[in-house]
Amino acid sequence: METPLIRLVNVHKRFGNKTVLRGISLDIMEGKTTAIIGKSGEGKSVLLKHIIGLMQPNGGEILYREKPIKEMSREETRVFRNKMSYMFQGCALFDSLNIFENIALPLKEGTQLSPSEIKKMVGERLRQLDLEGTENQYPSQISGGMMKRVAMARALVTNPELVLFDEPTTGLDPIRKNAVHSMIASYQKELGFTALVVSHEIPDIFHIAQNIIMLDEGQIVFSGSSEEIQTCETPVVRQFLRGEAGSMFID
Amino acid sequence: MTMHESPTQGSGILHSLGAIVLYRIQLAGHFTLFLAAGFYHIFSWPIQIRKILQQVYFIGAKSLLVIFLTALFTGMVLGLQGYYSLVSFGSEAFLGSAVALTLIRELGPVLTAIMVAARAGSAMTAEIGILRISEQVDALKTMNIHPVRYLFSPRLAAAIISIPLLASVFNVVGIIGGYLTGSKLLGVNPGVYFLRVESSILLSDVTGGLLKSLVFSIVVATVCCYQGYFTHRRKNSFGSKSVGLSTTSAVVQSSVLILITDYILTSILL
Repeated sequence: METPLIRLVNVHKRFGNKTVLRGISLDIMEGKTTAIIGKSGEGKSVLLKHIIGLMQPNGGEILYREKPIKEMSREETRVFRNKMSYMFQGCALFDSLNIFENIALPLKEGTQLSPSEIKKMVGERLRQLDLEGTENQYPSQISGGMMKRVAMARALVTNPELVLFDEPTTGLDPIRKNAVHSMIASYQKELGFTALVVSHEIPDIFHIAQNIIMLDEGQIVFSGSSEEIQTCETPVVRQFLRGEAGSMFID
Repeated sequence: MTMHESPTQGSGILHSLGAIVLYRIQLAGHFTLFLAAGFYHIFSWPIQIRKILQQVYFIGAKSLLVIFLTALFTGMVLGLQGYYSLVSFGSEAFLGSAVALTLIRELGPVLTAIMVAARAGSAMTAEIGILRISEQVDALKTMNIHPVRYLFSPRLAAAIISIPLLASVFNVVGIIGGYLTGSKLLGVNPGVYFLRVESSILLSDVTGGLLKSLVFSIVVATVCCYQGYFTHRRKNSFGSKSVGLSTTSAVVQSSVLILITDYILTSILL
Protein backbone atom coordinates (compact mmCIF):
# COMPACT_ATOMS: atom_id res chain seq x y z
CA MET A 1 0.00 0.00 0.00
CA GLU A 2 1.22 3.49 -0.90
CA THR A 3 2.54 5.58 2.00
CA PRO A 4 0.95 9.03 2.27
CA LEU A 5 3.20 12.08 2.16
CA ILE A 6 1.25 13.71 4.99
CA ARG A 7 -1.09 11.93 7.37
CA LEU A 8 -3.37 13.64 9.88
CA VAL A 9 -4.62 11.47 12.72
CA ASN A 10 -7.58 12.65 14.83
CA VAL A 11 -6.50 16.31 14.78
CA HIS A 12 -8.43 18.65 17.09
CA LYS A 13 -8.17 22.41 17.31
CA ARG A 14 -9.93 24.83 19.66
CA PHE A 15 -9.83 28.61 19.86
CA GLY A 16 -11.12 29.45 23.32
CA ASN A 17 -14.54 27.82 23.56
CA LYS A 18 -14.88 27.34 19.82
CA THR A 19 -13.84 23.98 18.42
CA VAL A 20 -12.76 24.36 14.79
CA LEU A 21 -11.37 20.91 13.98
CA ARG A 22 -13.06 17.85 15.51
CA GLY A 23 -10.94 14.80 14.92
CA ILE A 24 -9.69 15.23 11.37
CA SER A 25 -7.98 12.16 9.90
CA LEU A 26 -6.81 12.23 6.31
CA ASP A 27 -4.02 11.13 4.00
CA ILE A 28 -2.37 13.35 1.40
CA MET A 29 -0.92 11.16 -1.32
CA GLU A 30 2.35 12.04 -3.01
CA GLY A 31 2.24 13.56 -6.48
CA LYS A 32 -1.52 14.09 -6.37
CA THR A 33 -3.69 17.19 -6.13
CA THR A 34 -6.04 17.11 -3.15
CA ALA A 35 -8.77 19.72 -2.82
CA ILE A 36 -10.38 20.73 0.46
CA ILE A 37 -13.84 22.19 0.05
CA GLY A 38 -16.48 23.36 2.49
CA LYS A 39 -18.35 26.41 3.71
CA SER A 40 -16.42 29.48 4.89
CA GLY A 41 -15.29 29.30 8.49
CA GLU A 42 -15.22 25.49 8.64
CA GLY A 43 -11.50 25.32 9.38
CA LYS A 44 -10.02 24.71 5.92
CA SER A 45 -7.29 27.36 6.24
CA VAL A 46 -6.71 26.29 9.87
CA LEU A 47 -6.09 22.77 8.58
CA LEU A 48 -3.47 24.02 6.10
CA LYS A 49 -1.80 26.11 8.81
CA HIS A 50 -1.43 22.97 10.94
CA ILE A 51 0.35 21.16 8.13
CA ILE A 52 2.78 24.03 7.44
CA GLY A 53 3.43 24.43 11.18
CA LEU A 54 1.91 27.88 11.74
CA MET A 55 -0.54 26.32 14.23
CA GLN A 56 -0.23 23.43 16.64
CA PRO A 57 -3.13 21.01 17.22
CA ASN A 58 -4.74 20.65 20.66
CA GLY A 59 -4.99 16.91 20.02
CA GLY A 60 -4.02 14.30 17.45
CA GLU A 61 -0.95 13.91 15.29
CA ILE A 62 0.46 15.08 11.97
CA LEU A 63 2.90 12.71 10.28
CA TYR A 64 5.30 13.30 7.39
CA ARG A 65 6.14 10.03 5.64
CA GLU A 66 4.81 8.23 8.74
CA LYS A 67 7.06 10.22 11.12
CA PRO A 68 5.23 12.42 13.69
CA ILE A 69 6.22 16.07 13.14
CA LYS A 70 6.37 16.80 16.86
CA GLU A 71 8.97 14.04 17.32
CA MET A 72 11.28 15.53 14.68
CA SER A 73 14.61 17.07 15.69
CA ARG A 74 15.25 20.74 14.91
CA GLU A 75 17.25 19.81 11.81
CA GLU A 76 14.59 17.36 10.60
CA THR A 77 11.92 20.04 11.08
CA ARG A 78 14.03 22.53 9.10
CA VAL A 79 14.47 20.03 6.24
CA PHE A 80 10.75 19.16 6.34
CA ARG A 81 9.72 22.83 6.25
CA ASN A 82 12.07 23.47 3.33
CA LYS A 83 10.15 20.89 1.32
CA MET A 84 6.88 22.78 1.68
CA SER A 85 5.56 26.11 0.56
CA TYR A 86 2.35 27.99 1.16
CA MET A 87 0.38 30.32 -1.02
CA PHE A 88 -1.66 32.60 1.22
CA GLN A 89 -5.29 33.53 0.60
CA GLY A 90 -4.34 37.23 0.68
CA CYS A 91 -1.02 36.56 -1.12
CA ALA A 92 1.04 37.95 1.86
CA LEU A 93 3.57 39.55 -0.46
CA PHE A 94 6.14 41.82 1.16
CA ASP A 95 4.86 45.26 0.25
CA SER A 96 8.22 46.99 0.75
CA LEU A 97 10.03 44.58 -1.60
CA ASN A 98 9.67 44.60 -5.37
CA ILE A 99 8.38 41.60 -7.33
CA PHE A 100 11.87 40.21 -8.01
CA GLU A 101 12.88 40.55 -4.34
CA ASN A 102 9.61 38.93 -3.22
CA ILE A 103 10.14 35.86 -5.36
CA ALA A 104 13.87 35.72 -4.57
CA LEU A 105 13.42 36.01 -0.78
CA PRO A 106 13.07 32.28 0.07
CA LEU A 107 16.16 31.53 -2.05
CA LYS A 108 18.18 34.44 -0.68
CA GLU A 109 17.41 33.72 2.97
CA GLY A 110 17.04 29.96 2.94
CA THR A 111 19.73 28.71 0.55
CA GLN A 112 23.42 29.24 -0.23
CA LEU A 113 22.77 29.97 -3.92
CA SER A 114 24.81 32.67 -5.63
CA PRO A 115 23.06 35.89 -6.78
CA SER A 116 23.40 34.83 -10.43
CA GLU A 117 21.76 31.43 -9.73
CA ILE A 118 18.95 33.17 -7.82
CA LYS A 119 18.46 35.59 -10.71
CA LYS A 120 18.25 32.67 -13.15
CA MET A 121 15.72 30.73 -11.06
CA VAL A 122 13.54 33.79 -10.40
CA GLY A 123 13.73 34.74 -14.09
CA GLU A 124 12.51 31.26 -15.02
CA ARG A 125 9.47 31.52 -12.72
CA LEU A 126 8.72 35.05 -13.95
CA ARG A 127 8.71 33.75 -17.50
CA GLN A 128 6.61 30.69 -16.70
CA LEU A 129 3.99 32.78 -14.92
CA ASP A 130 3.95 35.52 -17.54
CA LEU A 131 5.34 38.13 -15.15
CA GLU A 132 8.28 39.35 -17.20
CA GLY A 133 8.69 43.11 -17.04
CA THR A 134 7.19 43.43 -13.56
CA GLU A 135 10.44 42.69 -11.67
CA ASN A 136 10.96 46.25 -10.47
CA GLN A 137 7.33 46.97 -9.59
CA TYR A 138 5.95 46.78 -6.07
CA PRO A 139 2.91 44.69 -5.03
CA SER A 140 0.75 47.82 -4.67
CA GLN A 141 1.49 48.70 -8.32
CA ILE A 142 0.17 45.47 -9.85
CA SER A 143 -3.32 43.98 -10.24
CA GLY A 144 -4.90 41.35 -7.97
CA GLY A 145 -4.47 38.67 -10.64
CA MET A 146 -0.79 39.48 -10.99
CA MET A 147 -0.36 39.39 -7.22
CA LYS A 148 -1.78 35.86 -7.20
CA ARG A 149 0.71 34.85 -9.87
CA VAL A 150 3.59 36.46 -7.96
CA ALA A 151 2.48 34.59 -4.84
CA MET A 152 2.43 31.39 -6.88
CA ALA A 153 5.87 32.12 -8.33
CA ARG A 154 7.20 32.65 -4.79
CA ALA A 155 5.58 29.42 -3.62
CA LEU A 156 7.11 27.43 -6.50
CA VAL A 157 10.56 29.01 -6.74
CA THR A 158 12.15 26.63 -4.23
CA ASN A 159 10.89 23.55 -6.14
CA PRO A 160 8.90 22.31 -3.12
CA GLU A 161 7.70 18.77 -2.60
CA LEU A 162 4.34 19.92 -1.20
CA VAL A 163 2.53 23.15 -2.04
CA LEU A 164 -0.43 24.35 0.01
CA PHE A 165 -2.74 26.71 -1.86
CA ASP A 166 -5.18 28.66 0.29
CA GLU A 167 -8.01 29.81 -1.98
CA PRO A 168 -5.72 30.68 -4.88
CA THR A 169 -8.53 31.96 -7.11
CA THR A 170 -10.62 34.03 -4.69
CA GLY A 171 -11.33 37.48 -6.10
CA LEU A 172 -10.26 36.67 -9.65
CA ASP A 173 -12.33 37.06 -12.80
CA PRO A 174 -13.45 33.80 -14.53
CA ILE A 175 -10.67 33.96 -17.13
CA ARG A 176 -7.91 34.46 -14.52
CA LYS A 177 -9.56 31.81 -12.35
CA ASN A 178 -9.30 29.24 -15.12
CA ALA A 179 -5.75 30.39 -15.84
CA VAL A 180 -4.71 29.86 -12.20
CA HIS A 181 -6.36 26.42 -12.13
CA SER A 182 -4.60 25.49 -15.37
CA MET A 183 -1.31 26.74 -13.94
CA ILE A 184 -1.70 24.62 -10.80
CA ALA A 185 -2.54 21.56 -12.90
CA SER A 186 0.22 22.07 -15.47
CA TYR A 187 2.97 22.92 -12.95
CA GLN A 188 1.89 20.05 -10.77
CA LYS A 189 2.43 17.74 -13.76
CA GLU A 190 5.61 19.50 -14.88
CA LEU A 191 7.31 19.86 -11.49
CA GLY A 192 5.72 16.82 -9.85
CA PHE A 193 4.86 18.41 -6.52
CA THR A 194 2.00 17.35 -4.25
CA ALA A 195 -0.71 19.98 -4.12
CA LEU A 196 -3.26 20.67 -1.41
CA VAL A 197 -5.77 23.26 -2.53
CA VAL A 198 -8.43 24.95 -0.42
CA SER A 199 -11.08 26.13 -2.84
CA HIS A 200 -14.66 27.29 -3.23
CA GLU A 201 -14.61 26.87 -6.98
CA ILE A 202 -17.21 24.19 -7.59
CA PRO A 203 -17.13 22.36 -10.01
CA ASP A 204 -13.90 23.82 -11.54
CA ILE A 205 -11.72 22.40 -8.80
CA PHE A 206 -12.92 18.85 -9.62
CA HIS A 207 -11.12 19.09 -12.98
CA ILE A 208 -7.68 19.60 -11.42
CA ALA A 209 -7.95 17.60 -8.18
CA GLN A 210 -7.75 13.82 -8.02
CA ASN A 211 -8.90 13.67 -4.39
CA ILE A 212 -11.63 15.75 -2.76
CA ILE A 213 -12.16 16.27 0.96
CA MET A 214 -15.17 18.14 2.28
CA LEU A 215 -15.22 19.70 5.75
CA ASP A 216 -18.38 20.54 7.62
CA GLU A 217 -18.55 21.68 11.22
CA GLY A 218 -14.92 20.73 11.76
CA GLN A 219 -15.34 17.16 10.51
CA ILE A 220 -14.71 15.38 7.24
CA VAL A 221 -18.05 14.60 5.64
CA PHE A 222 -16.65 13.37 2.34
CA SER A 223 -13.36 11.94 1.16
CA GLY A 224 -12.98 10.45 -2.27
CA SER A 225 -12.34 11.12 -5.93
CA SER A 226 -13.78 14.01 -7.92
CA GLU A 227 -16.07 11.56 -9.73
CA GLU A 228 -17.34 10.06 -6.49
CA ILE A 229 -18.31 13.41 -4.94
CA GLN A 230 -20.50 14.24 -7.91
CA THR A 231 -22.55 11.11 -7.31
CA CYS A 232 -22.45 11.34 -3.51
CA GLU A 233 -25.89 11.21 -1.92
CA THR A 234 -24.96 12.56 1.53
CA PRO A 235 -27.43 15.47 2.07
CA VAL A 236 -24.85 17.99 3.37
CA VAL A 237 -22.58 17.29 0.39
CA ARG A 238 -25.43 17.55 -2.14
CA GLN A 239 -26.63 20.75 -0.53
CA PHE A 240 -23.16 22.29 -0.73
CA LEU A 241 -22.60 21.26 -4.33
CA ARG A 242 -25.95 22.71 -5.37
CA GLY A 243 -25.18 25.92 -3.46
CA GLU A 244 -28.25 25.64 -1.23
CA ALA A 245 -28.21 27.58 2.04
CA GLY A 246 -30.29 24.92 3.88
CA SER A 247 -30.46 25.53 7.62
CA MET A 248 -27.23 27.54 7.60
CA PHE A 249 -28.82 30.99 7.94
CA ILE A 250 -31.85 29.79 9.93
CA ASP A 251 -29.46 28.62 12.68
CA MET B 1 -25.51 37.23 53.89
CA THR B 2 -23.22 40.25 54.04
CA MET B 3 -20.90 38.38 56.35
CA HIS B 4 -20.73 35.51 53.89
CA GLU B 5 -20.28 37.79 50.89
CA SER B 6 -17.33 39.73 52.24
CA PRO B 7 -14.79 36.91 52.22
CA THR B 8 -15.99 35.85 48.75
CA GLN B 9 -15.56 39.37 47.45
CA GLY B 10 -12.19 39.60 49.16
CA SER B 11 -10.98 36.37 47.62
CA GLY B 12 -12.38 37.54 44.25
CA ILE B 13 -10.25 40.68 44.40
CA LEU B 14 -7.24 38.61 45.46
CA HIS B 15 -7.91 36.21 42.62
CA SER B 16 -8.05 39.07 40.09
CA LEU B 17 -4.93 40.66 41.57
CA GLY B 18 -3.12 37.32 41.41
CA ALA B 19 -4.18 36.85 37.80
CA ILE B 20 -2.87 40.33 36.89
CA VAL B 21 0.47 39.67 38.66
CA LEU B 22 0.84 36.28 36.96
CA TYR B 23 -0.01 37.82 33.58
CA ARG B 24 2.62 40.55 34.10
CA ILE B 25 5.27 38.01 35.12
CA GLN B 26 4.42 35.93 32.06
CA LEU B 27 4.70 39.05 29.88
CA ALA B 28 8.11 39.91 31.39
CA GLY B 29 9.31 36.36 30.70
CA HIS B 30 8.02 36.55 27.14
CA PHE B 31 9.75 39.90 26.63
CA THR B 32 13.04 38.52 28.00
CA LEU B 33 12.87 35.48 25.71
CA PHE B 34 12.21 37.76 22.73
CA LEU B 35 15.27 39.84 23.65
CA ALA B 36 17.41 36.71 24.15
CA ALA B 37 16.34 35.35 20.74
CA GLY B 38 17.14 38.71 19.15
CA PHE B 39 20.63 38.74 20.68
CA TYR B 40 21.29 35.14 19.70
CA HIS B 41 20.36 35.77 16.06
CA ILE B 42 22.64 38.81 15.77
CA PHE B 43 25.52 36.35 15.90
CA SER B 44 23.89 33.37 14.15
CA TRP B 45 25.55 32.57 10.83
CA PRO B 46 25.44 34.13 8.26
CA ILE B 47 25.66 37.51 9.99
CA GLN B 48 23.23 39.92 8.34
CA ILE B 49 25.74 42.71 7.71
CA ARG B 50 23.78 44.36 4.89
CA LYS B 51 20.52 44.50 6.87
CA ILE B 52 22.34 45.81 9.96
CA LEU B 53 23.97 48.58 7.88
CA GLN B 54 20.61 49.52 6.36
CA GLN B 55 19.18 49.85 9.87
CA VAL B 56 22.23 51.82 11.10
CA TYR B 57 21.52 54.24 8.26
CA PHE B 58 17.83 54.44 9.21
CA ILE B 59 18.20 54.60 13.01
CA GLY B 60 21.53 56.44 13.13
CA ALA B 61 22.26 58.58 10.08
CA LYS B 62 18.65 59.63 9.49
CA SER B 63 18.27 60.69 13.16
CA LEU B 64 21.24 63.05 13.01
CA LEU B 65 19.24 66.20 12.19
CA VAL B 66 16.70 65.71 14.97
CA ILE B 67 19.50 64.88 17.44
CA PHE B 68 21.47 67.94 16.31
CA LEU B 69 18.51 70.30 16.81
CA THR B 70 17.50 68.77 20.17
CA ALA B 71 21.08 68.86 21.42
CA LEU B 72 21.71 72.43 20.26
CA PHE B 73 18.64 73.86 21.96
CA THR B 74 19.07 71.72 25.09
CA GLY B 75 22.65 73.00 25.39
CA MET B 76 21.51 76.57 24.79
CA VAL B 77 18.82 76.33 27.49
CA LEU B 78 21.33 74.76 29.89
CA GLY B 79 23.69 77.66 29.12
CA LEU B 80 21.00 80.22 29.95
CA GLN B 81 19.65 78.49 33.06
CA GLY B 82 23.11 77.57 34.30
CA TYR B 83 24.45 81.08 33.85
CA TYR B 84 21.62 82.75 35.80
CA SER B 85 21.84 80.16 38.58
CA LEU B 86 25.64 80.38 38.86
CA VAL B 87 25.97 84.15 38.49
CA SER B 88 24.04 84.72 41.75
CA PHE B 89 26.88 82.84 43.52
CA GLY B 90 29.56 84.51 41.44
CA SER B 91 30.44 81.13 39.95
CA GLU B 92 29.58 81.65 36.27
CA ALA B 93 33.07 80.42 35.38
CA PHE B 94 31.81 76.93 36.21
CA LEU B 95 29.18 77.08 33.47
CA GLY B 96 31.26 74.77 31.23
CA SER B 97 31.42 72.12 33.96
CA ALA B 98 27.68 72.35 34.66
CA VAL B 99 26.65 72.08 31.02
CA ALA B 100 29.10 69.30 30.13
CA LEU B 101 28.43 67.11 33.15
CA THR B 102 24.65 67.48 32.88
CA LEU B 103 24.80 66.50 29.23
CA ILE B 104 27.34 63.68 29.38
CA ARG B 105 25.98 62.01 32.51
CA GLU B 106 22.25 62.49 32.03
CA LEU B 107 20.62 64.50 29.29
CA GLY B 108 22.70 63.25 26.36
CA PRO B 109 21.91 59.55 26.76
CA VAL B 110 18.32 60.07 27.96
CA LEU B 111 17.18 62.62 25.38
CA THR B 112 18.93 60.78 22.53
CA ALA B 113 17.18 57.53 23.41
CA ILE B 114 13.79 59.25 23.76
CA MET B 115 14.21 61.06 20.42
CA VAL B 116 15.26 57.82 18.67
CA ALA B 117 12.26 56.02 20.22
CA ALA B 118 9.98 58.74 18.88
CA ARG B 119 11.52 58.90 15.41
CA ALA B 120 12.86 55.43 14.55
CA GLY B 121 11.24 53.28 17.25
CA SER B 122 7.70 54.27 16.27
CA ALA B 123 8.52 53.46 12.63
CA MET B 124 9.90 50.03 13.65
CA THR B 125 6.68 49.21 15.56
CA ALA B 126 4.42 50.36 12.73
CA GLU B 127 6.41 48.50 10.05
CA ILE B 128 6.62 45.20 11.95
CA GLY B 129 2.99 45.58 13.11
CA ILE B 130 1.77 45.93 9.52
CA LEU B 131 3.88 42.91 8.50
CA ARG B 132 2.17 40.99 11.29
CA ILE B 133 -1.45 41.92 10.53
CA SER B 134 -1.03 41.31 6.79
CA GLU B 135 0.31 37.75 7.37
CA GLN B 136 3.79 38.69 6.11
CA VAL B 137 5.36 37.41 9.37
CA ASP B 138 3.54 34.09 8.84
CA ALA B 139 4.79 34.11 5.25
CA LEU B 140 8.36 34.36 6.57
CA LYS B 141 7.76 31.32 8.79
CA THR B 142 6.39 29.28 5.87
CA MET B 143 9.58 30.10 3.95
CA ASN B 144 11.61 28.81 6.88
CA ILE B 145 12.94 32.31 7.57
CA HIS B 146 13.14 33.01 11.32
CA PRO B 147 11.06 36.21 11.77
CA VAL B 148 12.95 37.30 14.90
CA ARG B 149 16.26 36.93 13.07
CA TYR B 150 14.95 38.69 9.96
CA LEU B 151 13.02 41.53 11.62
CA PHE B 152 14.33 42.11 15.14
CA SER B 153 18.04 41.18 15.26
CA PRO B 154 19.26 43.69 12.60
CA ARG B 155 17.30 46.48 14.32
CA LEU B 156 18.66 45.52 17.76
CA ALA B 157 22.25 45.43 16.48
CA ALA B 158 21.79 48.73 14.65
CA ALA B 159 20.32 50.43 17.74
CA ILE B 160 23.24 49.19 19.88
CA ILE B 161 25.68 50.67 17.33
CA SER B 162 23.79 53.89 16.60
CA ILE B 163 22.36 55.18 19.88
CA PRO B 164 25.66 55.51 21.82
CA LEU B 165 27.18 57.28 18.78
CA LEU B 166 24.19 59.62 18.52
CA ALA B 167 24.45 60.34 22.27
CA SER B 168 28.11 61.32 21.75
CA VAL B 169 27.07 63.70 18.94
CA PHE B 170 24.36 65.04 21.26
CA ASN B 171 26.92 65.76 23.98
CA VAL B 172 29.29 67.64 21.65
CA VAL B 173 26.52 69.70 20.02
CA GLY B 174 24.97 70.42 23.44
CA ILE B 175 28.29 71.72 24.81
CA ILE B 176 28.56 73.98 21.75
CA GLY B 177 24.96 75.15 22.42
CA GLY B 178 25.92 76.02 26.00
CA TYR B 179 28.93 77.92 24.67
CA LEU B 180 26.71 79.92 22.26
CA THR B 181 24.44 81.21 25.01
CA GLY B 182 26.97 81.25 27.86
CA SER B 183 29.88 82.87 26.03
CA LYS B 184 28.53 84.52 22.90
CA LEU B 185 25.31 85.85 24.45
CA LEU B 186 26.06 86.29 28.13
CA GLY B 187 29.79 86.94 28.07
CA VAL B 188 31.42 84.00 29.89
CA ASN B 189 35.05 83.77 28.78
CA PRO B 190 35.21 81.09 26.05
CA GLY B 191 38.63 79.88 27.22
CA VAL B 192 37.32 79.43 30.77
CA TYR B 193 34.17 77.70 29.48
CA PHE B 194 36.10 75.08 27.51
CA LEU B 195 38.79 74.74 30.19
CA ARG B 196 36.06 73.87 32.71
CA VAL B 197 34.51 71.45 30.24
CA GLU B 198 37.85 69.69 29.78
CA SER B 199 38.93 69.69 33.41
CA SER B 200 35.63 68.57 34.94
CA ILE B 201 34.89 65.57 32.72
CA LEU B 202 36.35 62.29 33.94
CA LEU B 203 36.64 59.13 31.91
CA SER B 204 34.09 57.52 34.26
CA ASP B 205 31.53 60.19 33.25
CA VAL B 206 31.99 59.33 29.58
CA THR B 207 31.93 55.56 30.07
CA GLY B 208 28.93 55.88 32.42
CA GLY B 209 27.06 57.91 29.81
CA LEU B 210 27.92 55.40 27.08
CA LEU B 211 26.85 52.51 29.29
CA LYS B 212 23.49 54.21 29.81
CA SER B 213 23.15 54.74 26.06
CA LEU B 214 23.91 51.10 25.45
CA VAL B 215 21.21 49.96 27.88
CA PHE B 216 18.72 52.49 26.48
CA SER B 217 19.39 51.27 22.94
CA ILE B 218 18.44 47.74 23.98
CA VAL B 219 15.31 49.08 25.73
CA VAL B 220 14.20 51.13 22.69
CA ALA B 221 14.81 48.44 20.06
CA THR B 222 13.30 45.63 22.12
CA VAL B 223 10.18 47.49 23.31
CA CYS B 224 9.44 48.91 19.84
CA CYS B 225 10.02 45.64 17.96
CA TYR B 226 8.15 43.61 20.61
CA GLN B 227 5.11 45.87 20.37
CA GLY B 228 5.06 45.53 16.58
CA TYR B 229 5.80 41.80 16.53
CA PHE B 230 2.98 40.94 18.95
CA THR B 231 0.52 43.59 17.80
CA HIS B 232 -1.96 40.81 16.92
CA ARG B 233 -2.11 39.74 20.57
CA ARG B 234 -3.60 43.03 21.77
CA LYS B 235 -6.86 42.27 23.51
CA ASN B 236 -8.62 45.57 22.96
CA SER B 237 -8.18 46.11 19.22
CA PHE B 238 -7.59 44.52 15.83
CA GLY B 239 -5.98 45.34 12.50
CA SER B 240 -4.80 48.87 11.74
CA LYS B 241 -6.16 50.16 15.06
CA SER B 242 -3.96 47.69 16.93
CA VAL B 243 -0.91 48.89 14.94
CA GLY B 244 -1.71 52.48 15.93
CA LEU B 245 -2.12 51.56 19.60
CA SER B 246 1.04 49.43 19.55
CA THR B 247 3.00 52.36 18.12
CA THR B 248 1.72 54.65 20.89
CA SER B 249 2.48 52.01 23.54
CA ALA B 250 5.97 51.50 22.12
CA VAL B 251 6.93 55.18 22.40
CA VAL B 252 5.30 55.63 25.84
CA GLN B 253 6.75 52.41 27.29
CA SER B 254 10.22 53.10 25.84
CA SER B 255 10.26 56.62 27.29
CA VAL B 256 9.08 55.52 30.74
CA LEU B 257 11.46 52.55 30.80
CA ILE B 258 14.36 54.81 29.75
CA LEU B 259 13.69 57.10 32.72
CA ILE B 260 13.28 54.19 35.17
CA THR B 261 16.45 52.51 33.89
CA ASP B 262 18.24 55.85 34.06
CA TYR B 263 17.41 56.14 37.76
CA ILE B 264 18.59 52.59 38.46
CA LEU B 265 21.84 53.01 36.49
CA THR B 266 22.57 56.40 38.07
CA SER B 267 22.12 54.88 41.54
CA ILE B 268 24.59 52.13 40.63
CA LEU B 269 27.13 54.36 38.87
CA LEU B 270 27.30 57.14 41.47
